[in-house]
This record gives sequence, structure tokens and C-alpha cells, in this order.
Amino acid sequence: MVAAVAAALVGLAIVLAFFVAPEDADQGISQRIFYFHVPIALTAYACFGWGAWKALLLLWKREERYDLESYVAIHQGTIFGALTLATGSIWAKASWGKWWVWDSNQLVLFLVLFLFYSAYFMLRFSIDEGPRRANVSAVYALFGVALIPVSFFAIRLAEDFIHPTTFTREGPQMTGTMFFTFCVAWLAITVLAYALYRVELLGKRLDANLRELREALT
Amino acid sequence: MSSGEKYVAAAYGVVFVMLLVYVVIIAAKLTRLERETAELAELARKRSSGG
Amino acid sequence: MNYLGDVAALARKDLRLELRARDTLPAMLLFVLSTLVVFHFALPSGADELAAQGLLWVALVFTALLGLTRAWSPEREDGALDGLVLAPSDRSAIWLGKSAAVFVFLVAIELVALPAFALFFSPLDAGAVLGVLLADVGICAVGTLLAAMAAASRTRELILPLLFLPLAIPLIVGGVGASVSTDPGRYLAFLGLYDAVFAILCWASFEYVVSE
Repeated sequence: MVAAVAAALVGLAIVLAFFVAPEDADQGISQRIFYFHVPIALTAYACFGWGAWKALLLLWKREERYDLESYVAIHQGTIFGALTLATGSIWAKASWGKWWVWDSNQLVLFLVLFLFYSAYFMLRFSIDEGPRRANVSAVYALFGVALIPVSFFAIRLAEDFIHPTTFTREGPQMTGTMFFTFCVAWLAITVLAYALYRVELLGKRLDANLRELREALT
Repeated sequence: MSSGEKYVAAAYGVVFVMLLVYVVIIAAKLTRLERETAELAELARKRSSGG
Repeated sequence: MNYLGDVAALARKDLRLELRARDTLPAMLLFVLSTLVVFHFALPSGADELAAQGLLWVALVFTALLGLTRAWSPEREDGALDGLVLAPSDRSAIWLGKSAAVFVFLVAIELVALPAFALFFSPLDAGAVLGVLLADVGICAVGTLLAAMAAASRTRELILPLLFLPLAIPLIVGGVGASVSTDPGRYLAFLGLYDAVFAILCWASFEYVVSE
């Protein structure tokens, strides 16, 4: 059901992004990447936040299911984060001619977060399954959301001595139609992420149940 | 295609490909789950007829 | 026994252990000095004086990592961590005591490393030194907790740098900024913010890292 809604919204968003929204005067057609790049980035943040919330619930309520929910949310967030870096890199190449620029604070922030959350998986898979692993993963997830604003400020501060910012693009000035397209795209990506989250959670729960069943039968 | 168009296509293409990869992974998982449930069903049948 | 008493006792124990064993501190000292010499060779001749200031922070972070990987080994070797965790004191006291001890080690190293840096490269001003002290607090707070996480994993020492470096990036930004900028106040304030946020987070979450 959720997946169907997601599919419909994504389809609508693509139609709007390519056929309805007017072309940007400054950047031309490459501006259209923005309609998906920014929602993907925002959704990644949302996934990390969701994962941290589930982590907090785990530490607070001590119910086992929160561990899996937190893990799946962070997994989604990391995938969307990787997508943010990929689409952002393409946008950088299209806009400024280089595959990577340190000027874009958002991209640099995502690089730091990507490193952080990649370490999450390394940590998680180096601890044997059990309450210890759940607790440690949860604490690390909480550190992640604390890192997001702190890193953001750090990168802003670093601008002064690392790079003179020659390109300051906050994001294009949007007309009404563009803004509407952006909002639809944002909603579409969010619902898509949620659908993927549910699917992955379902798959993992099935795995766990099957394992229990197997142990009971053999 | 102008270079701008190529980049836009590339960006959307990357997202699309990621989604397809996801579908493939889920399909593989479903196949494996189907095999495992079939095995377990077999085990349960043997249990109830033999035990 | 009250909370601060516990913390002080734990910190004193670590300092006494190191004083007797004398293995970690000399290693850290030699490491940081060697690194500084390596930097001399790593910097091309036209390089900015400022580049060296940046590299100081790399040296400090990696030296701290060296010390942090061994931070919990006394407890691990004797199985003493379980004993401490079961003890009636608040578990966050374990973290605070250990962080305090690591802080003392780090400052002890820096008492040699910073003058050495001033000798090899360029003098350090008050902003730089304050930056180092503030960053040390962050390094010790976060590093000690992450080291406890690493101790719980199969890969142990291998994973600590992976966990630590992303979290160390804001500290490096703050520290380098305080060293090179004409207005270090902003960067020092930022370091203070980092220390406050993460110290509170570590203090609140440590007991979950060590318990089941």
C-alpha cells in the first residue's frame, strides 16, 4: 500500500520535474537535479534521526524490536546518504566542472556523516549478536545525530581558513511552480524511503522468525 | 544531448539504478526465504508423520 | 563513597598503574616527536607556516588515538571492567575517572610536544594552546567512550580510529582555527560547545556501552 503511494508520487514528481517546472535561468537544465538531490539529502537526515529515535527508545524501554528498527533506519539513511553524495557530485560536475568541490557545505557534511555511519556497520558487525550489540549500536546512533549539527557548524567555521568560498549557492531562487515541484519530490522521496524501510524491516523480521522456527524443528 | 542534459540524466539514472539494485536484492531474498520455508515445511511434515 | 570520590579514586588508580608500568606514555611521546619530524620531511619547501600548524593537530589526534587504544587494556586484561561495572558506584564515574586519567596523559605529552613543535616549526600563541586544552577535553571524553565500544568488539584496536576520526573532525576544525585565525574566540567557543555537548552525551550513555 505504502509502496503504491510511493510509486505514484515518484512518477508525479518526475513528470513535474521534467515537464512542468520552468527551466532555471542561471543553471539551465542541470538545475533539475536539485529536485531529487535535496530531497534525498533531507530524507537521509530524517532516516538518521528516525534511527536515533528508535535507539533512544531501545535504551529507554528496553524492547528488543527497537534495535532492528534503528538498524534498518540507519541502513536506509546510509544508502540515501551515498545517493546524496553521488547526485551531489554529478551536480558539482555539471555546475562547476569538477567531480568534487569542498565548497559545498552540504556535500562535505554528508561525507563526514557517511564516514561516521559506515563505521556504525563495522562496529555492529564486529560485535556478536545480543543485548550488548544493541546497546552499543544505539549509543553510537545517538552520537550520530549529535554530530550532525556540530559538524555543520564546524564546516561553516572551516570555510574561513580552508577555502575562500567562491561559489555561494544556497539553492536556486524558486518560482511557485518550482517550489511545488520540489515539495512533491520531497514528499515522494520520503514516502519511498518509508516504503523501503518497511520492506527491509519485514524481510529482516522474516529472517529472524525463520531462524527461530528452524531451531524449534531441528 | 547537451552536456547539461547528460548530467541530469546521469543523476536520475543513478537513483533509478539504485532502486533497481534494491529490487534485485529483495527478489533474491524472497527466493531464499521461499526455499527456507519449503525446507521447514518439509521438516514439520516429517515431524508430524514420523514423531 | 560519593561520586567525585569514586572518580578521583579511579583516575588515581590509572595514573599509578602508568607510573609503575611506564609503557604507554613513553610510546606516545616518542610517537608524537617522530611524527613531527616526519612532517618536516612531508612539507614541501614552499609550504606555508600555517600548513605546519594544521599538521600539529593531525599529530595530536593520532597520538591521542595511540594512547586511547590502550586506555581500557588494564581493565580488559584482568577482567576488571566487569567488577567495576558491578560495583555500587555510578557507572558514569568509571568513564569520568578514565577520561580524567587520559586527559592527564595527553597534557603530559603535550608539555613536551608543543615546545618541540615551536622549536621545529613556528611558535604557538595563546589561542593555539587554549585550543589544544579545550580539544583535549573533547578527545578524552569521546575517545574514552569509543574505546570502551571498541573493547566490546572482536576487532578491538582496529576499529577505534574508524569510530574516532569522524567525531574528531569538528575538533580539528576548532583547533586549527584557534591556531591560525586572527580571531580565535569563535573557534574556542565552538570547541567549548563540542566539549559540552559530547561530554554530557558520553556521561549519560556510558553505562549502556558497558552493560548488557
